[in-house]
Amino acid sequence: MLRVEGITQVFGGVTALKDVGFSVQEGEIKGVIGPNGAGKTTLFNIITGIYRQTAGNVFLKSEKISFLSPEKLARRGMVRTFQNVELFGAMTVLENVMVGCHTKSRCGILSSCLKLPMHLREERHIRERAFSCLEFVGLEHEASQTASNLPFGKGRLLEIARAMALEPRIILLDEPAAGLNSRETEELGRLIRKIRDSRVTVVLVEHDMELVMDICDSLLVLNLGQRLAEGAPREIQENPAVIAAYLGEG
Amino acid sequence: MGAERRTFIKFIIFSAAVILAPLFFSGGYLLNVLVFVGINTMLAVALNMLLGFAGQISMGQAAFFGLGAYISGVSTSVYQWNPWLALLLAAFVVGLLAFMIGFPILKLKGHYLAMATLGFGIILYIAFNETVELTGGPSGLSGIPNFSLGSFQFDDDLKNYYLIWGFSLMTILLCVNLVDSRIGRALRAIHDSEVAARVMGVNARLLKVQIFTFSAIISSIAGSLYAHTMTFISPTSFGFNFSVELLTMVVIGGLGSVYGSFLGAALLTLLPEFLRTFQDYDIVAYGLLLVIMTMYMPGGLVRIPSFFSTFLARIKPGAGKHA
Repeated sequence: MLRVEGITQVFGGVTALKDVGFSVQEGEIKGVIGPNGAGKTTLFNIITGIYRQTAGNVFLKSEKISFLSPEKLARRGMVRTFQNVELFGAMTVLENVMVGCHTKSRCGILSSCLKLPMHLREERHIRERAFSCLEFVGLEHEASQTASNLPFGKGRLLEIARAMALEPRIILLDEPAAGLNSRETEELGRLIRKIRDSRVTVVLVEHDMELVMDICDSLLVLNLGQRLAEGAPREIQENPAVIAAYLGEG
Repeated sequence: MGAERRTFIKFIIFSAAVILAPLFFSGGYLLNVLVFVGINTMLAVALNMLLGFAGQISMGQAAFFGLGAYISGVSTSVYQWNPWLALLLAAFVVGLLAFMIGFPILKLKGHYLAMATLGFGIILYIAFNETVELTGGPSGLSGIPNFSLGSFQFDDDLKNYYLIWGFSLMTILLCVNLVDSRIGRALRAIHDSEVAARVMGVNARLLKVQIFTFSAIISSIAGSLYAHTMTFISPTSFGFNFSVELLTMVVIGGLGSVYGSFLGAALLTLLPEFLRTFQDYDIVAYGLLLVIMTMYMPGGLVRIPSFFSTFLARIKPGAGKHA
C-alpha cells in the first residue's frame, strides 16, 4: 500500500532522518514508535507532502508520490490528522467535516454563487456524507456547535471524522491519543479498529504503548532518526535493541 | 433548511428596505449619498470575501475600482463604446489582470501581501495620473455617458439609485450564496488553518487567486457603475486613501459578515455627511468614533445586537452572579 525508501531529511546541519525505509500492507494498522526526537513526526510530514525530503522516495500503491503537495495526495486517497489538532475553529462541527468532502465534489465559484441545481444537489449529498462521518465517530449531537468550543478529546474525534469524509485509502494519525484520558484512549482504539474494518489502511505515530501494542498489526521503531526495528508487536517488545533504546542502555 | 430560509428572508427584507428607501429620502442630496452607499457596499462586500473569509488582505482594491472606472470612461467617451459593453470589457480586463498578478502576489502572507497589493495600487494610481492623453491626468475625465436601456436613460439620482442598488443587491445575494457553499467553506478553512485545508484536498493557492479575481471583478463593475453615474472621474477617487477606507468599512462592519460590510459602508459614507454640524472638528469626531468602535466592538457593527444583550444581562440584578 505505502512504501517508503531511503528517506533522509537534513535541517541545516542536523540530520533528522537517515535512510529510513519501511512498508505498510493494505488493510493493516501500522504503528510508528520511538523515543522523543526520533523523527516520527518529521517522517509523517514528509510522507504527507508538508516537508520536502533531502533524499528518498515514497510510493503509494506503486505510484511514486514523492514531493506531491498535500492537496494532490488528498485526491489520491491519503489523509492525515495533526498532533496539535488543526480544526477550522470558526466553523461548525458539521462544516468542518463538510470541508473533508471537498475532493468528492466539484462545484466552482459560479455555480455556488448562482445556487444552480447541480450545486444544491451536491450540497445535499455533502451534508449527508458529513453527517454519517460524524455518526461514525459519535459526534452527531455536536453537529451544530462551533468547532473551537469542543473539548480536546472531541476535537480529536472531529479531526478523524473530517479525514474520513475524504473516503481515504490510507489515513495517517499523528499521536491520536496524546492528551486523552484512559477511557477516551480505549474508545480511540476501538475507533481505529473500526476505521481499519472499513477498508482504510491506518498508520499512526503514538507514545501510548498499551494502545500501540493492543491495536497495531506491525510496528516500526525509530531511534535518533534511524530505523531500529520493524515487525509484529510481540517481536518488538522482545527486541533487545528496542529495549536498550527505551531504557537508555548502551 | 431553517437556516437557509432565514438567510432568504433576511435578503428579502433588506431588498424591500432598499427599494422603499427613496420614498423617505426624496430630498435630492441624501439620495445622492445613498447611491454612494450602494457603490461602497459592492466594494466592501467584495473585499470582505477576500479579507473576512479567505483571510487575505488587499490594500489595492481602489485600483481595481479605478481601473474599471477608467476602462469604462475611456472606451465610452473617447472610443464611443456602448456603456454596457464597456462595463463587460472592464470586468474582463480587470479580472484577467487580477488572475495574472494573483499567482505571484498571493504567495505572500500578512504584511508582505499588504505591501505588495499597496504597491500595485500605487502603480495604477500613478498610471491614472500620468497617461494624460487617455485619462486626462489629474484634471480628470469628463463627458462619460450615462447608462441607457433602449431610449430609457439613467440620468437622474433616482434612476441611478435603482440601477446601482440592483447591482449591489445582486452582489450581496451572490456572496451570501458563496459563503454557504463548498467554495465558501474551503475559503473559511484556509483562513483557520491553511495546512489542514490543503490536507483536505483544498487547492489553497488556486482558490485564493480565484477569490482575489472575483473581488477584483466586482470592484471593476462598481467602478464602471461609478463612472457612468458620475459622468466624471479623476484619480483622487482611486488612491491609497480609498483603499484604506474600504478596509475600514469591512473591519468596522464586521469581518466575515456580508451584511456587516453594508453597515460599514453605510456608516463610513453617511457619517462624514452627518458630522458636518461639527464643522472644522468633523475629522476629529470621525476619528474618535472609529477608535471607540474598534476598541469596544471588535466584532464590528453586526455584533451590536449580541453586544447589547450581553450588556443587559450584565446589568440585570443577580444575573451576573451566575455568569
